[in-house]
Amino acid sequence: MTAIWRRKKYLEWAGQAIVLAIVVGLLVMFGHNLDQSLKRLGLRLGFKFLDSQAGFSVAESIIPYDPSQSYSRVLLVGFLNSLKVIFSSLTAATIIGVVAGIARLSDNWLVRQMAKVYVEALRNLPLLLQLLFWYFVVFLALPKADNAISLGFIQISRSGINLFGLALSPEFSSLFAGLTFYTGTFIAEIVRGSIKGVDRGQSEAARALGLSAGVTLRRVIFPQALRTMIPSLANQYLNLAKNSSLAIAIGYPDLYAISSTTFNQTGRAVEMMILISITYLTVSLTIAGLLNAYNSRMQRSLR
Amino acid sequence: MTNTIETAENEIIENQPILIAHDVSKWFGKFQVLRNANLQVKAGEVVVIMGPSGSGKSTFIRTFNALEPYQEGRITIDGIPLTEDIQNIDQIRRDVGMVFQQFNLFPHLTVLENVTLAPIQVRKFTKPQANEIARQLLDRVGILEQAQKYPGKLSGGQQQRVAIARALAMEPKIMLFDEPTSSLDPEMVREVLDVMRSLAKSGMTMLVVTHEVGFAREVADRVVFMDAGQVIEDTTPAEFFTQPKEARSKLFLSQIL
Amino acid sequence: MNTKITIKPVRWVQKNLFNTPYNTVLTILCVWVLWNILSSLFSWLSQSEWAVISENLRLFLVGRFPESQLWRMGAIALIPILIASTLVVRRSQAWNFVLIPLGLASITWLANGGFGLPLIRSSLWGGLFLTLFAAAISTALAFPLGLLLALGRRSELPVIRGISTIYIELVRGLPLIGILFMAQVMLPLVVPFRLDRLLRAILGLTFFNAAYLAENIRSGLQSLPLGQSEAARSLGLNSIQTLRFIILPQALRLVIPAIVGQFISLFKDTSLLALFALFELTGIARSILSQPQFIGRNGEVYLFIGLIYWMFCFGLSQFSKRLEVRSS
Repeated sequence: MTAIWRRKKYLEWAGQAIVLAIVVGLLVMFGHNLDQSLKRLGLRLGFKFLDSQAGFSVAESIIPYDPSQSYSRVLLVGFLNSLKVIFSSLTAATIIGVVAGIARLSDNWLVRQMAKVYVEALRNLPLLLQLLFWYFVVFLALPKADNAISLGFIQISRSGINLFGLALSPEFSSLFAGLTFYTGTFIAEIVRGSIKGVDRGQSEAARALGLSAGVTLRRVIFPQALRTMIPSLANQYLNLAKNSSLAIAIGYPDLYAISSTTFNQTGRAVEMMILISITYLTVSLTIAGLLNAYNSRMQRSLR
Repeated sequence: MTNTIETAENEIIENQPILIAHDVSKWFGKFQVLRNANLQVKAGEVVVIMGPSGSGKSTFIRTFNALEPYQEGRITIDGIPLTEDIQNIDQIRRDVGMVFQQFNLFPHLTVLENVTLAPIQVRKFTKPQANEIARQLLDRVGILEQAQKYPGKLSGGQQQRVAIARALAMEPKIMLFDEPTSSLDPEMVREVLDVMRSLAKSGMTMLVVTHEVGFAREVADRVVFMDAGQVIEDTTPAEFFTQPKEARSKLFLSQIL
Repeated sequence: MNTKITIKPVRWVQKNLFNTPYNTVLTILCVWVLWNILSSLFSWLSQSEWAVISENLRLFLVGRFPESQLWRMGAIALIPILIASTLVVRRSQAWNFVLIPLGLASITWLANGGFGLPLIRSSLWGGLFLTLFAAAISTALAFPLGLLLALGRRSELPVIRGISTIYIELVRGLPLIGILFMAQVMLPLVVPFRLDRLLRAILGLTFFNAAYLAENIRSGLQSLPLGQSEAARSLGLNSIQTLRFIILPQALRLVIPAIVGQFISLFKDTSLLALFALFELTGIARSILSQPQFIGRNGEVYLFIGLIYWMFCFGLSQFSKRLEVRSS
């Protein structure tokens, strides 16, 4: 009979039990210290405060809101503002990224170089710095609304962007521009890599059939490249969603900025942390889930 | 090694099988790969295991140094039962050398370092001692002049010979060969088989999974035929290749000969 | 000969810019865009004033580190050069694990003081020094944690795999700003001792970075053939020896480019410390811009620090590209 401490299974379980004990021990210790700290501060954990009056105003909101409404309402305003900037810049970044990625493979020298400068310049700069730049150097230095720069349907001025009569604040516009152009560089690299990864024979075969370069790219190369692109693209979308929380630096009232104000007013660190975590994890999981579903549908259709 | 007591002990052991596998069964999930497989090998014997692909022959020899766990049955190697006991597993891995189909040399170490790593780390040899042993072994397999190169610079046949030297450096009691020539170009098969042949002559106990009929005929003491996770025939090469008893052996031989 | 030289550029332009009607349109469009960008850049440059940079150069480099102790910053600048040159001479992985922690420890000592040097509060540290310091220290601290998490996530033991997976996915699901918020606000509530503001930020960066490093290292571990560990185990090496002599040397070499990439991203991320009252490059820029005499000089300041960030990130990315080429 083998001694118990020499059995593989036993040792494995013992090792796991020790690790688990350490982790649980740490968590219990943290919980205990937290309890002590909260007692000292005279705080009680709980989400009841969400029903009390927020009392601060928010510069922009999709739904009607005034300061007499509750914290839960103002957090919802922030969440919707987050979604607004995430989905609009996600769309724009995809377009810019695909265009720049294809441009980097263009046979036109100038197009190639400009795309390269765009990618190499912006992806090597901190996003926060780019946001500050868009806000303080670009938008706040623009002419006043009555002298707006006009590009057809778009008017750009110190008060933001006016698109077909849809007015976008300078805060939103800066965040949108920053997230779009920053994420666009990473998408461009993904697009370029995936297109280069498609077998050369594919484009040769298509050209041999008499298809034009444009049709070859659109109908033969790009659909194949898309398959390898999706997992990396999903990653960039997740990064964009998380990066949108830098809104606070330029005063756009997104979920994090409003949570931060709520924390400053109420001192509810734990509750706000839980709320922020759950929300961002949900958004992350939703984006990941959607792209996974799309990906597996694509893989299936190719079989 | 000329100690009289040891020699006497060796004589007693020689009549005992050095490897006993009794009713070994193994499942991958629901799929049973080994079904009550039985095998006994005496010290100094060379046993060739043959069988169609998927017959479980590789899995079977991989259970002998605990690379694959098994769920039922009993394996005893040199008197040590191969159980969950980690000390037994460590001891058996030292006693059993293995040569893989894909060589599995360590690409970040030189040929010499490949051979000396285990003697230094496991047998606690000093570096000069280990180097000395390694040089002897590399000389024996005929690649001493490549000792300072990295495995990537060597041909497949040379790599496999290094792998044999590496296993021998632990002075194993049994050597397992898992299709050692299957991923080699035809012109390199011979140099590896030559090394194995001379190893067999030196009295090493060897278990060889291979499709090399010539090697089996010439070198093996016994041929074991496996199919569907079972040992179905265990006989001399002469008998196996001329008058196989089982229908499945006949079918297999008609396909490879 | 002479004609060839004059014709070559014309041919080149024809071939690369105007070979098809479609490309001609694109070229004209690009020139128009370029013209607009460059002309507004030049008109901005003509009215820019760079005194804000020259007068604050020291703040940008080392923050408010006391003038009498500036020699310590000079000594700190020498340490990476010393380490790099030693590593070039001694080409061995093992030296990395000795020299880099040793170097970082001496940098911390020189910056912080103690053991004979006057103490300097971390609130006086700043500028490029703090940016580099925060990035380097949190990478060095995150590396062992990331390695353990990567091994844990690949473990056959369900409890260990579960804990590692939960940590990695939880952290990767959250924005860095949220993690830094937790480190600033929550950490003091859950640990019984006082932690310095900078230390809290560095811990936040470390916990964040470890999850990403773990995934990088895991991909390296995954790309090693199973035969490597089988060969090692069959030679009698135990699991720790297998890891140390066979798996890690190969896996880590494979993931060096990815780790450099992660460092670049962390280097950019240190700018978030500016939002938590720390005066690294971005933080010091914002504090300079809030002084009355420099108000409105946003363009000059952000362009200047942008150039610094860019040179480091671009340089490192070129370096990592070369490593990738060399390893393949």
